[in-house]
Amino acid sequence: MEILQYGFMQRALMAGILISITCGVIGTYVVVRRMVFISGGISHSAFGGIGLGYLVGIDPVLGAMLFAIGSALGIGAISRRTRLPEDTAIGILWAVGMALGIIFIGLSPGFAPDLFGYLFGNILSVSFSDLIVMVALTALILVVVTLLFKELMSLSFDEEFAKVSGVPTGRLYFILVVLIALSVVVLIRAVGIILLIALLTIPAAISRQFVSSLKKMMLLSILLSIVFVVLGLWLSYVLDLASGATIILFSGVMFLASLGLSRWRRRRLSSTAS
Amino acid sequence: MSNGEVNMAAEEVVSLEDVWVRFDGVAILEGINLSVYQNDFLGMIGPNGGGKTTLLKVILGLIRPSQGKVTVLGGTPERGRRFVGYVPQYSLFDRDFPASVWDVVLMGRLGQVGRFKRYSEEDKKAALNALETVEMLDFEDSQIGRLSGGQQQRVFIARALVSEPKLLLLDEPTASVDAPMMEEFYELLNRLKKRMAIVLVTHDLSAVSIYVDTVGCVNRKLFYHHSKEISAEDLEAAYQCPIELIAHGVPHRVLSDHD
Repeated sequence: MEILQYGFMQRALMAGILISITCGVIGTYVVVRRMVFISGGISHSAFGGIGLGYLVGIDPVLGAMLFAIGSALGIGAISRRTRLPEDTAIGILWAVGMALGIIFIGLSPGFAPDLFGYLFGNILSVSFSDLIVMVALTALILVVVTLLFKELMSLSFDEEFAKVSGVPTGRLYFILVVLIALSVVVLIRAVGIILLIALLTIPAAISRQFVSSLKKMMLLSILLSIVFVVLGLWLSYVLDLASGATIILFSGVMFLASLGLSRWRRRRLSSTAS
Repeated sequence: MSNGEVNMAAEEVVSLEDVWVRFDGVAILEGINLSVYQNDFLGMIGPNGGGKTTLLKVILGLIRPSQGKVTVLGGTPERGRRFVGYVPQYSLFDRDFPASVWDVVLMGRLGQVGRFKRYSEEDKKAALNALETVEMLDFEDSQIGRLSGGQQQRVFIARALVSEPKLLLLDEPTASVDAPMMEEFYELLNRLKKRMAIVLVTHDLSAVSIYVDTVGCVNRKLFYHHSKEISAEDLEAAYQCPIELIAHGVPHRVLSDHD
């Protein structure tokens, strides 16, 4: 375990734990409320912010945060307040955000260092200041979810009934999409804009097959995500492959395995029942 | 009516005055006037697509009428719905949703619990009572999607009851209930009507004839006279077909004689 002596490895593991907490908690809502496509739109449009960061010389992650929150609110507003279908709005913002990013990067002087890392992630290049941002955002996400846990559950389970019970579902929906935007920011450095959607959904999609409460689903997703990130990282080190892509591929394989496992489990349950 | 005086003094829980609902210029509801009182058990019948569900959603404040006035428990529907229990026609929830029966029933208390607060002992007691009322206490830990349609429906009734409502709105509640449970279900409503006003939207005419106290018929317009009798003319007007087709198998005490 001599690789753990390196500072970049320690930071990568720390980042891995933080993104796992975020993925477990927010990924659970993304999966049970079927917001995968929205999350994809938010993360891709954040590329516009990365480009803006290069152009004006601020931290691209900060730019990404602005764009992610902006597009989250935009998608929310379009789907709630206009009659344009939500997936249309997402598709448009998705591509427009990416196009803006390309134009901004083209306009910025010199070349864009580490651009590949923002797209596909490089958990080994996570800096100390990145970690501070990730800690702050993860803490914020946890506080908001803890405070609004029962409201978010009812919004996800049956929105119409939530509204009838007096839950301000409109505002709550905006809070939820902003939480997704913040998770995107937490995940960017580690797995990149294009791949992060997989880490947001796979652990939660696996957990849902095996647990029966939202809290347990979150906890199991966090654990699974930690396992995927650590083992994926180790595999990428051993096989000398890109870290972000290896983590995602490993998660994907585990997802397939979980489908087999849950099928076997169901068959066994039904055969013992009969 | 023997308790006419009591009834006169009964509190009006819902009042609709000349309510119109239009979608894209097409009228779904036309000039609806309706009063529901605190002791009413009202059965609402009418053809499919006639606006029964829309009418309930207007009372709940989920659909804003194009014109007219809606009053629920003396205020706007948005204010009043904290005291309204609602059992929707289809609960479009995901069968794999990780929530237990207990979680689902407690969600009915969200109008009572303060924001950012945990469910109190009182909330939990109300949930226990509601589950007991629908005889689903043994299932409190089961995942909601694993129950049968009839059992889920009982849980959704418990979720509507847990806020101790003054008005219970049920939209085709027997759609997913198997026949043997039907009678039990109506007996449950019969017990509940002592505690709250009930509006039951249904196409089950025989149930209407046995259990409810008053009958209304909706097809864009509302035909309702705060009695259990609907004239054949009203029914024909509402269903736009000869009365024999509708009344087939319905005990004739619902229908007043032609005169």
